[in-house]
Amino acid sequence: MSQLSVQHLLGIKHINKADIDLVFKTADHFKEVINRPIKKVPSLRDITIANLFFENSTRTKLSFELAEKRLSADVINFSASQSSVKKGETLIDTANNILSMKVDIIVMRHPNVGACDFLSKHVNAKIVNAGDGTHEHPTQALLDSYSIREKLGSVEGKKVVIVGDILHSRVALSNIYALKLQGAEVKVCGPKTLIPKYIESLGVQVESDIKKALEWCDVANVLRVQSERMDINYFPSTREYAQLFGINKKLLDSLGKKIIIMHPGPINRGVEITSDVADADQSIILNQVENGVAIRMAVIYLLAQQVERN
Amino acid sequence: MSKKTLLNSKEIHIILHRLACQLIEKHHDFSNTALIGIQPRGIYLANRLVAILQKDYNISSVKLGQLDITFYRDDFRRRGAPLEANKTHIDFIVEDKNVVFIDDVLFSGRSIRAALTAIQSFGRPADIELLVLIDRRFSRHLPIQPDYRGRQVDVINEEKVTVNWEEKDGKDAVYIINK
Repeated sequence: MSQLSVQHLLGIKHINKADIDLVFKTADHFKEVINRPIKKVPSLRDITIANLFFENSTRTKLSFELAEKRLSADVINFSASQSSVKKGETLIDTANNILSMKVDIIVMRHPNVGACDFLSKHVNAKIVNAGDGTHEHPTQALLDSYSIREKLGSVEGKKVVIVGDILHSRVALSNIYALKLQGAEVKVCGPKTLIPKYIESLGVQVESDIKKALEWCDVANVLRVQSERMDINYFPSTREYAQLFGINKKLLDSLGKKIIIMHPGPINRGVEITSDVADADQSIILNQVENGVAIRMAVIYLLAQQVERN
Repeated sequence: MSKKTLLNSKEIHIILHRLACQLIEKHHDFSNTALIGIQPRGIYLANRLVAILQKDYNISSVKLGQLDITFYRDDFRRRGAPLEANKTHIDFIVEDKNVVFIDDVLFSGRSIRAALTAIQSFGRPADIELLVLIDRRFSRHLPIQPDYRGRQVDVINEEKVTVNWEEKDGKDAVYIINK
């Protein structure tokens, strides 16, 4: 098995365990590559990739761009804020115009759920979802699991709690799918208003007490409070959120075991996580960023294998 | 499918010792030399040669690396089957070293072309030589020739030369297989 079962990476929901294993195995090789004196391989010399970001992003965009360049692909970038989307162009028109310039792979982030799914049905290119609204962010989930695997040896049987704004988080949904596929136990913890109503149908448990959740877990993946997606007030104040669900050093030290702290970034220091926790040795936040490049190289390399030559 | 034995284990044993001696003739104490086995099958030959150098000739400080060329190949997306990578393990800098590539069979020369590109990621070697166990004559696509060869053979393109190693395949032998 050395080929993905899918043509596009739209979400973890569409892939299987063998795909995840293949991505991890390939990423192992690329992690070795990006730690060499010369961090580049010529594999994708004849592939052109468009990064379409209809929503703000720093880390993901840089990480994808770096991954593509490390594979020697040609890269074009596009941000919605400085483009004809502002002038009323539709998504398909934008994509088709870019495809006319002979692009093989599109990496897209979009504020609307299902935008990548839609695009994959209408344009002739491989699509990688870099986050669609509150739906999925598959490469983030892959790099999170990869970081757990790197730190703990495997994901199977591990206990992971996802803390915070589950309702608005594509990272949470993709992570739940990925962790369940690999046989991990998953709990979510956050204010009742930020936990989706039918979350249990995904096979996860809900815990409202942060201390109990942390005592149970091996890994805590702490999410950012996504104020920009909140149309109403889901909790009384940031201060109250920090007191009830924020993770600080005192809380961690009271656990009697050393759990791993993860965060997909960007961090609101002092809200969901305090500075001393973010910078503690049990936090693998910066390892996640490094692994992100290797994982994205693997995903793009594997999808590029399926690009037909003309 | 017919299978013909080209070399048996005794012949391979003699050839390996000759190749080791030829390396010593050129590289003396190996202080500035790095042997690089080409993945996936060249690493067995490289390991054997290092073992002979250590055991029979008391040269213990041989630098040995493994180089995977998958990401440097020129047939990405041009073959039916996807390419699968192997591990690269080079824990030294090849800058200004005398590098010897080691592979089991030299056929089109394309793997070695890829290896020449790949090794640049680890520095600029002083020079690069090529050692192969089997040199298939008249089959080259590129102007690449070995500096040390175990045995030169003429085989037609439909035939495949496979090298078996005791530690991997249970027995040392080289076969010509007619598909």
